[in-house]
Amino acid sequence: MTQAELQATANTPTHSPEPGQRKWWEYFTFNTDHKVIGIQYLVTGFFFYLIGGVLASAMRTELATPAPDFVTPELYNGIMTLHGTIMIFMWIIPAGAGFANFLIPLMIGARDMAFPRLNAVAFWIVPPAGILLLTSFFVKPPEAGWTSYPPLSETASKAGEFIWILSVLLFGTASILGAINFLITILKMRIPSMGFNQMPLFCWAMLATSGLILIGTPVLAGALILLAFDIVAGTAFFNPTGGGDPIVYQHMFWFYSHPAVYIMVLPFFGVASEVIPVHSRKPIFGYRAIAYSSLAISFLGLIVWAHHMFTSGTPAWLRMFFMIATMVIAVPTGIKVFSWLATMWGGKIRLNSTMLFAMGFISTFVVGGLTGVMVASVPFDLHVHDTYFVVAHLHYVLFGGSVFGIYAAIYHWFPKMTGRMLNEPWGIVHFVLTYVGFNLTFLPMHELGLLGMPRRVAMYDPQFAHINLICTIGSYLLAVSTIPFLVNAIWSWVAGPKAGDNPWQALTLEWMTTSPPAIENFEILPVLDIGPYDYGMGDRSTEVDVPFSEAKEPVLSAGPSSVLRADPDPSVAVNPSDRQPEE
Amino acid sequence: MNIPNTILAMLVGILLTLVSLWYGQNHGLLPVAASDEAAQVDGLFNTMMTVATGLFIIVQGTLVIAAIRFRKRKGDNTDGPPVHGNVPLEILWTALPAVVVAWISIYSFEVYNAMGGFDPMAAGDSHAAHMSASSKMRGAAIAAPLPAADAENPPASAPSPNNLIAVGVGASPANRGQNADVSVNVTGLQYAWIFNYPDSNVSSGELHLPAGKEAQLNISAMDVLHAIWIPELRLKQDAIPGRTVELRFTPRRVGEYPLRCAELCGSYHGSMATKLIVQTPEDYASWLQSQQVASNPSLEKAVAVNPGNLSDSDFLAPYTTEMGMNPETLHQIHHTHH
Ligand code: HEM
Ligand SMILES: [Cu+2]
Ligand SMILES: [Cu+2]
Repeated sequence: MTQAELQATANTPTHSPEPGQRKWWEYFTFNTDHKVIGIQYLVTGFFFYLIGGVLASAMRTELATPAPDFVTPELYNGIMTLHGTIMIFMWIIPAGAGFANFLIPLMIGARDMAFPRLNAVAFWIVPPAGILLLTSFFVKPPEAGWTSYPPLSETASKAGEFIWILSVLLFGTASILGAINFLITILKMRIPSMGFNQMPLFCWAMLATSGLILIGTPVLAGALILLAFDIVAGTAFFNPTGGGDPIVYQHMFWFYSHPAVYIMVLPFFGVASEVIPVHSRKPIFGYRAIAYSSLAISFLGLIVWAHHMFTSGTPAWLRMFFMIATMVIAVPTGIKVFSWLATMWGGKIRLNSTMLFAMGFISTFVVGGLTGVMVASVPFDLHVHDTYFVVAHLHYVLFGGSVFGIYAAIYHWFPKMTGRMLNEPWGIVHFVLTYVGFNLTFLPMHELGLLGMPRRVAMYDPQFAHINLICTIGSYLLAVSTIPFLVNAIWSWVAGPKAGDNPWQALTLEWMTTSPPAIENFEILPVLDIGPYDYGMGDRSTEVDVPFSEAKEPVLSAGPSSVLRADPDPSVAVNPSDRQPEE
Repeated sequence: MNIPNTILAMLVGILLTLVSLWYGQNHGLLPVAASDEAAQVDGLFNTMMTVATGLFIIVQGTLVIAAIRFRKRKGDNTDGPPVHGNVPLEILWTALPAVVVAWISIYSFEVYNAMGGFDPMAAGDSHAAHMSASSKMRGAAIAAPLPAADAENPPASAPSPNNLIAVGVGASPANRGQNADVSVNVTGLQYAWIFNYPDSNVSSGELHLPAGKEAQLNISAMDVLHAIWIPELRLKQDAIPGRTVELRFTPRRVGEYPLRCAELCGSYHGSMATKLIVQTPEDYASWLQSQQVASNPSLEKAVAVNPGNLSDSDFLAPYTTEMGMNPETLHQIHHTHH
């Protein structure tokens, strides 16, 4: 028997006879089923992603030539602000919440989230908030960037700015409600046999993410409410004309918004940790290191915010503190990247769309991480801060990290969510177009920034024209890359081949139920017969084809001569029966 | 071929190091460095680039090799080896990055110190002398769109907007405690920079500085945040309304360098650009003299360049032509929008 069969056999009693198909219209209702809510988040998020993408294409069209000839500079700033805001608050964060909603209860063997109604409320705040944000196009869109620094945000397009504040406040509320739910669900609703160290790594990642949301978001709300008072009531919290201090806003804003980048990327670290072992057919390498490094990242993420303010007149010693704290984050992040690579090394990698996106995720995220260490260095950041170097950096993290992670997750869990398989060849086409388009768009931006092109400009010096043209061509390729995915997803959802319970032979509990899962997930509580990543140790003689020692290819052996193995360690012994509990 | 694995690994390691070192020095990504401090920043960047190149190749290389060598073969449905971890290896890849970032931090610290980042004058200790100089800024008084800010006659009750200081980059350790050779008051406003030379009562739209002399900019803003960025000096500092920030540096290389606004300040943020002109001390002196003669009294001069009195398109004309668009385009833009 393979591992997956073992796990499935142990969970036969939990398996409901029928998959839980929902009617299409149920997705448009106030439904408390976490799976419905998860899909609601994802589809809504993707819808806004398309809008944000159209705005991005408009910006790149404007930037194809040095002169502001496609839209006015004013409108450019509006588009830029809405693009950033939509991508962050309506796409990446809701997508993370979507996967968390769908997966957490299934992964920990629960029937729903801890507070299902709160969960539905949290979701239903998002679409109105998004539509509200878009209505700002009818007045005059906010023009101060997604950071909305005063005093500019208090003088340019006040109505639009006010709408922006309202809408971000609503998102913040939704995000807090969601985080409370994730936290309590993970802490309290695991099956009894699942201790923290048997928890799937995605849950660890969501634990870290939820903590950040709960600590950071209220501070953002405070800043935005004060900003709103400045705009509508003429107070002067941040307005120097009345004795206010614009720098205080920056501190409050970044106290949330730096952690926000981890809120956006940690869930997809979790996704990578789920997807890579399944498709490499190997246990995750260094489970605990990956789990605890999420917590470390989340803690460190709270004390680095002023690295966005090295040019804002921050005192020298504080700059040094924030520089060092930021650099330290490279360590837990590095642990994760190396662990993923080691998980793949020596495996039997299935190069399907999921795995390709996961590998693309590592490949592009690493670039963002490396430039992240560079911009953490104060003297260098004085040069590249607020330039296209930063635009490149942030897209390598948010697109190369989060969006590639989202796609990996969609290809991986689509069969579970819909009961149908996506088309593989089109998935690969989608991956290739995205990967090439992405690098073509954003890699050259590093050079633009180093040479002297500031960000958030609608017109630029003609010396930058060639590189910008390349970026624009890349962005069109990216836009086109979405088409095969959309067609594939819609077509497969309706008419794709049936997936079965566990098409990837995975071991986490969501695969032990029907696809799509029954309404309340499991008939009775499921059990963990083997750990969530215990690949390759079922029947020693037949299923795991690993020579215990191999002179020529030590890498491929499981025995003591493997380059990846330490001394035999009872807690990670080859066969479950050889294992001794630790401590 | 029959090369043992260890030797192969060593060869790869050596090659990787060589490639990284070579690329770190020869990436050619940066514009010229016009000051000594800029050259130091470049050295720091080259180091980081070396490390980054190495790590980049390791990660991408591992991905590619894994994809080729460990891909699932047709018909093979078995699992990989059940390797759960390796403590020494994990310690290695925790400790190594920790050492590398510690090293980069120390290196950055030193470069920052050499640039003058820790000069107590610029780092936040009180220095009233500078403040009184900057509150005399002429451009400020004239162009101020702030309702309450009449910097030359601040109402007794309200603090003068330039009383607060923020922290910039001060004198490098060698020049500490001395006054800079040239002091310029810089004011950012939508969408231009005004450079005022308080010692000679000259105001200019371009920044002229003598090569090899230490310059000090006292930077402030009239309306919203701006940031002064001179890529060739690798220096950037926000201009903050209500505060004055000091930035000291020594340009070395004679030439003209772009000086751009790097903080979003409104629609025409992208056109808020001018030049830093580094001249020989003699050329600089004669420029200053010609300005003094031509622009006396300097007050009118400042008024003449006060963008507040120009229509948007008049004001933008010089910038837009520089950027390769003609005033008509701009006119159209304004029309279509209003
Ligand atoms: C679809 C491909 C994308 C393209 C072509 C694109 C392009 C751009 C461009 C041209 C800018 C303006 C840079 C500037 O003027 O400073 C920008 C800003 C930004 N983008 Fe994207 N982007 C894309 C996807 C994304 C994604 C997926 C995210 C995810 C969160 C994202 C987040 C942002 C943010 C936060 C900003 C900054 C906005 C601001 O400065 O206020 N973008 N992007
Ligand atoms: Cu940050
Ligand atoms: Cu500007």
